[in-house]
Amino acid sequence: MGILEVKGVRKTFGGVIANSDISLSVPEGKIIGLIGPNGSGKTTLFNSIVGYHPIDGGSIRFLAREISRLRVPQIARLGLIRTFQQTRIYGKMSCLQNMQISVPQTLQRWGLVMNKIPAEDTERAEGLLEFVGLYAKRHLFAGDLSFGQQKLLEFAMALMIRPRMLLLDEPTAGINPTLINALISRLRRVSTELGITLLVIEHNMRVIMDLAEYIYCLAHGELLAEGKPETIQNDQRVVDAYLGAH
Amino acid sequence: MSTPIMRTLFYASVVLLALAAPLLAPAFKTQMAFLWVMIVFALSWDILGGQMGYNSFGNILFFGVGMYACAIVQRDSGLDYFPALYVGMVTGAMVAVGFAAVLGSGMLGLRGHYFAIGTLGLGIAAGEFASGWDYIGAGSGLLTPLFPGEIGGRETFFYYLMFAIAAMTFPVLRWLYAGRFGLTINAIRDDEDKAEAMGIHTTLYKTAAWCTSAFFLGLTGAVVGNMIGFIDPRDVAFTGATYGVWMILMAILGGKGTLWGPVIGAVVFHVTQQLFWTYLLGWQRVALGLLIVIIVVFFPLGILGWARERWPERFGHKVQQDLKPVQGGK
Amino acid sequence: MDSIQLLFDAPILSVQLLLDGLLIGAIFALAAYGMALVWGVMNLINIAQGEFVMLGGYVAFFLAQAGVHPLFGVPLAAVVLFVLGWMLYRAVIFRVVDKDLFISLLATFGLSILLQQLANEVFGADVRTAESGFGTLFLFDGMVTVAWIKVVAFVAALLAGGLLMLFLKKSRLGRAIRATAQNARAARIMGIDTNRVYAATYSLNAAICGAAGALVAMTWIIHPYLGLPYTARAFMIVVVAGLGNIAAVFTAALGLGAAENFAGFIMGAEYQAGFVFALLVVILIVRNAWLHRKRRYLQ
Repeated sequence: MGILEVKGVRKTFGGVIANSDISLSVPEGKIIGLIGPNGSGKTTLFNSIVGYHPIDGGSIRFLAREISRLRVPQIARLGLIRTFQQTRIYGKMSCLQNMQISVPQTLQRWGLVMNKIPAEDTERAEGLLEFVGLYAKRHLFAGDLSFGQQKLLEFAMALMIRPRMLLLDEPTAGINPTLINALISRLRRVSTELGITLLVIEHNMRVIMDLAEYIYCLAHGELLAEGKPETIQNDQRVVDAYLGAH
Repeated sequence: MSTPIMRTLFYASVVLLALAAPLLAPAFKTQMAFLWVMIVFALSWDILGGQMGYNSFGNILFFGVGMYACAIVQRDSGLDYFPALYVGMVTGAMVAVGFAAVLGSGMLGLRGHYFAIGTLGLGIAAGEFASGWDYIGAGSGLLTPLFPGEIGGRETFFYYLMFAIAAMTFPVLRWLYAGRFGLTINAIRDDEDKAEAMGIHTTLYKTAAWCTSAFFLGLTGAVVGNMIGFIDPRDVAFTGATYGVWMILMAILGGKGTLWGPVIGAVVFHVTQQLFWTYLLGWQRVALGLLIVIIVVFFPLGILGWARERWPERFGHKVQQDLKPVQGGK
Repeated sequence: MDSIQLLFDAPILSVQLLLDGLLIGAIFALAAYGMALVWGVMNLINIAQGEFVMLGGYVAFFLAQAGVHPLFGVPLAAVVLFVLGWMLYRAVIFRVVDKDLFISLLATFGLSILLQQLANEVFGADVRTAESGFGTLFLFDGMVTVAWIKVVAFVAALLAGGLLMLFLKKSRLGRAIRATAQNARAARIMGIDTNRVYAATYSLNAAICGAAGALVAMTWIIHPYLGLPYTARAFMIVVVAGLGNIAAVFTAALGLGAAENFAGFIMGAEYQAGFVFALLVVILIVRNAWLHRKRRYLQ
């Protein structure tokens, strides 16, 4: 059984069906891709998983625990963290502070609220900033970074929290194409070295085919196809969906 | 203020000057006591308004609640003047914190302008209900007990008491802002949804911040009630139109969201007000409205905010090209 | 709670209270409609709303002093306030309209204090009223009395609201305003001068509030400090009714008028203002808690 099990999830907005009967399973430690044309319900599914809105039916289990009735912060504290398509960072704080605040929020740490930031947190934050190549800019306001850099910062913040699993919404969008390969290798290292499970929404086919071990494809709010990258690549339905022939 | 020695020297001289002030200018003790009141006002407003991004128009509620709670203790406890005052101050602060904690979960769920207008309503409603409640003197107000010492001693005593409160507020906030608490409320200010998505206990932190603000305001209210000697529900306790607005204005004037900004704003505002206010002959409140508009429209960053925008590198926001020696990511 | 007992003993009193409340509610609806307009189009919450009402009241009052029937004060107040709104927009509002919400909120709060205190200095703090001399209507064998002016004011409020609605629907400027409300950037690209639209919107809001104020001066009393309660009323009506729904604004306003009248009777008139602000807080918290169940919040 996977670390994340989505079963028959349904979500409607008014009369619009954004997700209908979506099931997917993410095994621990793997990199799984989620693709689909614009408006196919990928981000809605992400939002449902992390508790951003209530779902209308189905079940979502993380670490064998039903989470579909939990709220956003509770799910995050279980170790399931998402990044945003429109990158979200704390703009008026320095990059280092953005990192320092992104630590696991457990009640044991609540006692430390009034304390100074522990040196080990700062050290780890600097290490991760180095990892994404932002160490030199650690004292700049995060809001002053370029979009791509903010994206990297958000990624580093997600790692800082020591998640069990990351949901990445288009990690390469807005990133300088020459840096994409470096980002892919970083994502792989995150998976192999830190053992973090990744579920990645991606529009860049080259990236996702290269990165993911297994891919789910959505179209019109339904699960269209699933399989290994090579299977997906050669699936006529997927090609049609992207070309708009569906 | 760059080195620790310089900083210590600076703080020491401020404290010395503050301690000596009543001797240097004995005629202005009350005005100087109110300077400390203003500093506490601006600092405590800025906890939410500047650091957390929750702009409260109704923090005056805690000031008035603290004032009344203290006065009730002084009236009904049967203790001597000083014990009653101290018990009253603690009670005032605690009751204010209680109000913040109870109101917190509901009010702090509101965001942006809903919070601002909701708190505005809260402050005014409190004044209206206080002026109808007989137990606390209703519209005719409440007298605080007479100060027992000799003439002139009263002003000196309250000056030092108010200074003590201000001298406690500043380092406590400085310490809070330097740690996780400060970072967390900053994060809530910048993007609360993100903070929630990162698992931060936002409600807990928000309530804690409001309670901190309420604590200092309650304490100050307890003292100011005794300094003035008479509590009127609308004109002394729940003074939304004067103190309530001033605290916002001072924080913005100095630069909200900074530690020193509210202090600078309070000093500039209070001194200017003391120098020129009397010449305005009844037009003070008109001038206040005009001042708000002018500051908000033309100088929204405030003194420190402007300086930080102008010289970011002086505030430490610069690229540092040194390489990190440690291998990262593991 | 003798007053509640009284309501049960003499149910006709309830009719009286209800009728009075509903009639005054129409005036609240005007201020709320204006606030919703500015909020929707400019994304600005105008705290000086109540001060526009107050100034409109003084226009009617001075007209009555000059010997003209105050009913003429309704259109005149609208015109005067339109001009004032335009001037305020040019002087202050246009500088804050695209800024951070708190900046615009605080700027209009400053305007609110400024206008209120100016009125206090210039007109004095006395309570005033503009006599219409219309007499009283007796219902249910004289058990329920309604001043004719309240009925007239109710109709006038409906008329003013209807006129504004018609203007927004039919006129060129009105359509530009509605287009800007839907998407300011798109409207700008399509060649609409949004700055002018904003100025017109803000001024129209001031005008409708002015008309409401003139009605207040005739049906009730005015003084320099009546502004904030009107702002609070307008705000809570809009929060309950939403931005785009005029029928809902009207219903909520009538409901508020009635609720306020009953509360004033039961708790005593001295608590009526307190009730308005407490109700504002309660409505905000309840509405937000309701949304929170669906994991949303007021925004």
